[in-house]
Amino acid sequence: MDLTLSDEQRLLRESADRFVKETYTADNRRKIAGEPLGFSPALWKQFADLGWLALPIGEDHGGLGGGAIEIGILMEAFGRGLVSEPFLSTVVIGAGLVAQCGTEAQKQAILPKVADGSLILAFAHSERAARFDLAKVETLATKASDGWHLNGQKITVLDGNAAGQIIVSARVANSNGASGNLCLFLIPSDTPGLVRSDYSRLGGGRACNLTLKDVRLPADALLGDGSDALPVIEAVIDRAMAALGAEAVGIMQTLLDTTIEYTNIRRQFGRPLSANQVIRHRLADMAMQCDEARSMALRAALMADAEPVARGRAASGAKAKIGKCARFVSEQSVQLHGAMGVTEELDIGLYFKRLLAFDTLFGGSAHHYRRHAALGGRTNA
Amino acid sequence: MDLTFSAEERAFEQEVRDFIAANLTPEMKRATALTPSVFSDPDIGMAWQRKLHKQGWGAPGWPVDYGGPKWTPAQRWIFEAECARAGVPNVNVMGVKMVGPVIIGFGTQEQKDFYLPRILSGEDYWCQGYSEPGSGSDLASLKTRAERDGDDYIINGTKIWTTHAHHANRMFALVRTSETEKKQDGISFILIDMKTPGITTRPILTIGGDHEVNQVFFDDVRVPVANRVGEEGKGWTYGKYLLEFERGAGIASAKLREALRTISELAEADITGRAIDDPDISLRMSEIEVDIDALEMTELRVLSALQTGERPGAVSSILKLRNSEIRQAVTRLGVDVIGHDGLAVEPVRPLYRLNHQPPVPEGMLTVVPEYLNGRAYTIFGGSSEVQREIIAKMVLGI
Repeated sequence: MDLTLSDEQRLLRESADRFVKETYTADNRRKIAGEPLGFSPALWKQFADLGWLALPIGEDHGGLGGGAIEIGILMEAFGRGLVSEPFLSTVVIGAGLVAQCGTEAQKQAILPKVADGSLILAFAHSERAARFDLAKVETLATKASDGWHLNGQKITVLDGNAAGQIIVSARVANSNGASGNLCLFLIPSDTPGLVRSDYSRLGGGRACNLTLKDVRLPADALLGDGSDALPVIEAVIDRAMAALGAEAVGIMQTLLDTTIEYTNIRRQFGRPLSANQVIRHRLADMAMQCDEARSMALRAALMADAEPVARGRAASGAKAKIGKCARFVSEQSVQLHGAMGVTEELDIGLYFKRLLAFDTLFGGSAHHYRRHAALGGRTNA
Repeated sequence: MDLTFSAEERAFEQEVRDFIAANLTPEMKRATALTPSVFSDPDIGMAWQRKLHKQGWGAPGWPVDYGGPKWTPAQRWIFEAECARAGVPNVNVMGVKMVGPVIIGFGTQEQKDFYLPRILSGEDYWCQGYSEPGSGSDLASLKTRAERDGDDYIINGTKIWTTHAHHANRMFALVRTSETEKKQDGISFILIDMKTPGITTRPILTIGGDHEVNQVFFDDVRVPVANRVGEEGKGWTYGKYLLEFERGAGIASAKLREALRTISELAEADITGRAIDDPDISLRMSEIEVDIDALEMTELRVLSALQTGERPGAVSSILKLRNSEIRQAVTRLGVDVIGHDGLAVEPVRPLYRLNHQPPVPEGMLTVVPEYLNGRAYTIFGGSSEVQREIIAKMVLGI
């Protein structure tokens, strides 16, 4: 057991913190938000040059072989700067699915391009009727003589507006019509029948909803060998939740630091706000919840490669707890900034909205406490 | 970074398990499970301390020169976790974990030579003289006076909430040795033999039905100046040093996990009508378990930092706060799990030596007393409100 950062990890943290601090100033962030894709392709190229996009990819496929801890270090820094580049969707989720599910040929075709920054990926999985149930997919894949035909509707495809390839999940239709395995398909974004409806994402970045209308794909569009992909999806989303947890910690810490600064400067009744005990204790609670969130994000990262039940409980526990802490810290940050907190003139609101998006993404606290209970053998929660 | 144990750490874990299996008697285990107050009674607690001492494990946190086992943070972690899992007695911490580190840090060679071996062996049983009727959260306002008379101090005043004073043969106390402008500067740290003439002890019964705390009166009590630890007027510094050890740098999550497991087993049993099938109970179980996970990670992070020689500092306030709040959440859940059986009161103590049939199954006996006694967790050792003030001051720099 050892919870100290290695020298390489410490260097990674220092360089990521410095890069984000220098690059993601309030002015720059506004410029980036105005980019057509919702992020800066030039910065994405820099991410690649820094080796960040290659970080979690295996050494056999042009990567550096890093793990969930390294992802967490980057994501926490990204949170501090409200980075909107598609790191989560492309590197953590997209490349993660290909690495765990793809054939060797597919890995060779995709992963080096992710590592060098030339390919953006997106994962189209969620459907309205499923809410947060990863197993519930109605999009249908039918085997035909010329390959596959896909039909269905997907929502909340993170960075789907910018992706070169979209990974779509679908149920494979059996000969008797009943649905079979859940499978993943690699679809070039210019494939006919793929209809995108792009939108701006709460808290920064972009996304799309996706309609698949008789999308025809070659046989080798199927990712992997056709066995059920649900275990892989769960593993990758658990990893994504650990990464998002680290990002949330960076956001929360920034909100806390900003709020402490503000309550020290702002004077009412002839003294700083922070001279009032009711304010001080609120700040102490915020600091405590930031610390708990930090512990849970680290725990989820450390357990990202554990067996599925322990991994899932750690990821859901982290998502539930960090979501709860994030809500408290963000709402109190706005509250303690007074009326200024609800204006667009301060950055507080941006950070607030990103945490709201975090809390919702892949399911909120109640959903993940229930999953935590169910994985622990209690199904009634 | 790695959460898993190495082969050597696994071997150590087995060593601890073997030791506990060979030394923890069923009577000790049952007595511990049936003790709703914080510490085991001395006959149970000190019997365990003697076994630990014989093994060389009497004071895991002490430097090796003073009899510590020279464990790594991971080993300390494993030891505490295994002890909690097995349900070993809760040894009074006032000796090994509180006055011990202060004597090691600030005591004279004579004091070290005399007191430390007696703490290790369990020969001495310590209590803590801090709070006074007029000095609770505002501890530095304490009034118990120690006036110099030749080679002695003459002590007059009273201490309150003194855990196990009725069992203890020694007390470490904060006393006022001078009236100074800054009230903290007039306080000294002194070691008192409880058999000294002029000391009387009055029991205070608490709402859980236990006699654990007392009020202690000092009436012209003569204590040698040689019993003062460190410099006169520096007692506040030593006392705060000790409080950091009382509050944090501990490993509380393993015990919380065990307490939750006990409640969880009750909730799954027919005697509670399978309370676990209530979705509210099940969801709260997960919320608490996750809170314990977070506390455990924070403890492990602190333990790693301590390895580099850092003092626990303000993070010990965070650990104290969360431990006490989670403890209360667990005991509250327990009350809800046993339902109507919580209304049956068993007034006789100790619960492990009843001469009659109790009104509820044995596994339920401690549930309500633990909830009631548990209210004190957010009060003793500095109330939650005081901890928040410390966090605000130290962590936030405001």
